[in-house]
Amino acid sequence: MEEPLQPSGEGRAPVIEPGHTFATITDKISSIVLTRPTSDGWYIGFGFAFLITMMLLYAVGYLFLKGVGIWGITIPIAWGFAIVNFVWWIGIGHAGTLISAILLLLRQSWRNSINRFAEAMTLFAVACAGMFPLLHMGRPWLFYWMFPYPNTMHYWPQFRSPLVWDVFAVSTYFTVSLIFWFIGLVPDLATLRDRSDHRVAKMIYGMLALGWRGSARHWHRYETAYLLLAGLATPLVLSVHTVVSFDFAIAIVPGWHTTIFPPYFVAGAIYSGFAMVLMLAIPIRKIYGLEDFITERHLENSAKVMLATGLIVAYGYGIEAFMGWYSGNRYDLYTISNRLHGPYHFWYWMLLTCNIFIPQLLWIRKMRTKPAYLFIISTIVLTGMWLERFIIIVVSLSRDFLTSSWGMYYPTRWDWAVFIGTLGFFLACMFLFLRILPMISIFEMRTLLPEAEVKE
Amino acid sequence: MKRTPIYGLLAEFDTATHLVEASNRTREAGYKKIDAYSPFPVEGLAEAIGFHHDLVPLITLIGGIIGGTSGYLMQWWISAVSYPTNIGGKPYNSWPAFIVITFEMTILFAALFAVLGMLALNGLPMPYHPVFNVPRFAMATKDRFFLIVFSSDAKYEAAATRKFLEGLQPRSISEVPS
Repeated sequence: MEEPLQPSGEGRAPVIEPGHTFATITDKISSIVLTRPTSDGWYIGFGFAFLITMMLLYAVGYLFLKGVGIWGITIPIAWGFAIVNFVWWIGIGHAGTLISAILLLLRQSWRNSINRFAEAMTLFAVACAGMFPLLHMGRPWLFYWMFPYPNTMHYWPQFRSPLVWDVFAVSTYFTVSLIFWFIGLVPDLATLRDRSDHRVAKMIYGMLALGWRGSARHWHRYETAYLLLAGLATPLVLSVHTVVSFDFAIAIVPGWHTTIFPPYFVAGAIYSGFAMVLMLAIPIRKIYGLEDFITERHLENSAKVMLATGLIVAYGYGIEAFMGWYSGNRYDLYTISNRLHGPYHFWYWMLLTCNIFIPQLLWIRKMRTKPAYLFIISTIVLTGMWLERFIIIVVSLSRDFLTSSWGMYYPTRWDWAVFIGTLGFFLACMFLFLRILPMISIFEMRTLLPEAEVKE
Repeated sequence: MKRTPIYGLLAEFDTATHLVEASNRTREAGYKKIDAYSPFPVEGLAEAIGFHHDLVPLITLIGGIIGGTSGYLMQWWISAVSYPTNIGGKPYNSWPAFIVITFEMTILFAALFAVLGMLALNGLPMPYHPVFNVPRFAMATKDRFFLIVFSSDAKYEAAATRKFLEGLQPRSISEVPS
């Protein structure tokens, strides 16, 4: 049998293991959701993540009671963990949109088995990201002041500020990601509706499926809308981290005021996002036995994207250092030497190790195909990307123009509680998603089979 | 006894190729009000049942234009008319600074129009539809392909249409009660 799914490359793993039919794909993916009872492992994992989410609620409750003074932020470092975590989380989200939109436009069919949970990852990561600016506000109950709405104060937002651009960029990103994900789910929800034998489940999936019946007219408009959404999400995803980088690049703080920020933030976002995709995909495929659908090919391709974006990030660091010297600006030059030798130098070297040196192992094929190695490298990359944001924000703010305004930043237990709390919230959402929705797009997997093609 | 009126005749097929062939032949036989159902988008099936006009791109374009225009005008009106503030000597209508939000609003409105337009044209949400009355139709979201000739079609005639559909060698034929 010829394999039309592997246009090039000998010895590469297939996108979907041979021997599957429309029915086996449907059964395998939908049975994960429809099987009862729920496994013990799920309860343990969800329970653990839920406890951490409760810690988040406690930390946020205490924050609302006492104010942002419980965090380590001070002047000059007013943007502590909250903004580090915001940038980190929103960067992670980018891989989901890249996989679902850009790879769709590029006709990379291997994306079909990872796009659904990568999009879910995007949503939950953006939800975590969105919390931080709100919590950082000091008076979060007045968050709606960020939006332009007619009010009795006769006051409007200041549209020349990148912080206002961010409000629009992040809320648009979340909305578009949400509808993209939901629209992708509709045909699969119809499958669950028709295959579930539980009355309540049938009703809930039925309502969510909007009465989808797979009519050819519907499919035609659906595919058009889906493609257009992908086309719209592509510039959107590139713009979101660009706008986030404007929050820094438009300020005059040494270490922030550079034009390399937008491309290198976007590359870093995709870098960390793919690391998170791998960290989720590797255990999921193992636990749910989905090695047929999430094959070595997916792992290897994701690793290659990580390697490529990691090199762009390395280039960004190089240009930062070069421009620090080449600009002849003593403050810029000092920022570079402060990173290398200053009080935070250990973390800068850790960052270089995690983000540049260790990921070079991905040049070795074995490192790209062995799940255990990939999982470890992904963890390291995620740590490195978090450190990158820490270095950009904290180190730049800690020593700017005047020595009299220098300072140090010491995170408190509440900083850690909120950060770790969002990790728990993210995981809890992922657990719920895996249990109640199909984690792989069933209808897009069907189109990967040779039988899906119409023969003349 | 009063007979239930028939909504249409539903033929079931095993493969996508067979469904496209059958749809083409049904359309060529002069049936106008037909539809086909498949568990995934099938290339050429929409053309086979005679569907050509897809308005989704136009609606998306309109949404994008509305979003972009209103996004820019909102910022211009707020910054230059309603609440002019001198920020670092920049002009009140500092258009380069307004590009980002104009762009975001373009994307947001185009995306919302694309999705809501698609759902509206498809007549969704529609939780009830007569084809759901056929038990076998549950397979349409798994691995079966269906073709329906609606009884409202001018050429529809219970016996003749059934005979025609049988000629297409379907796996089964069911009457859809309305």
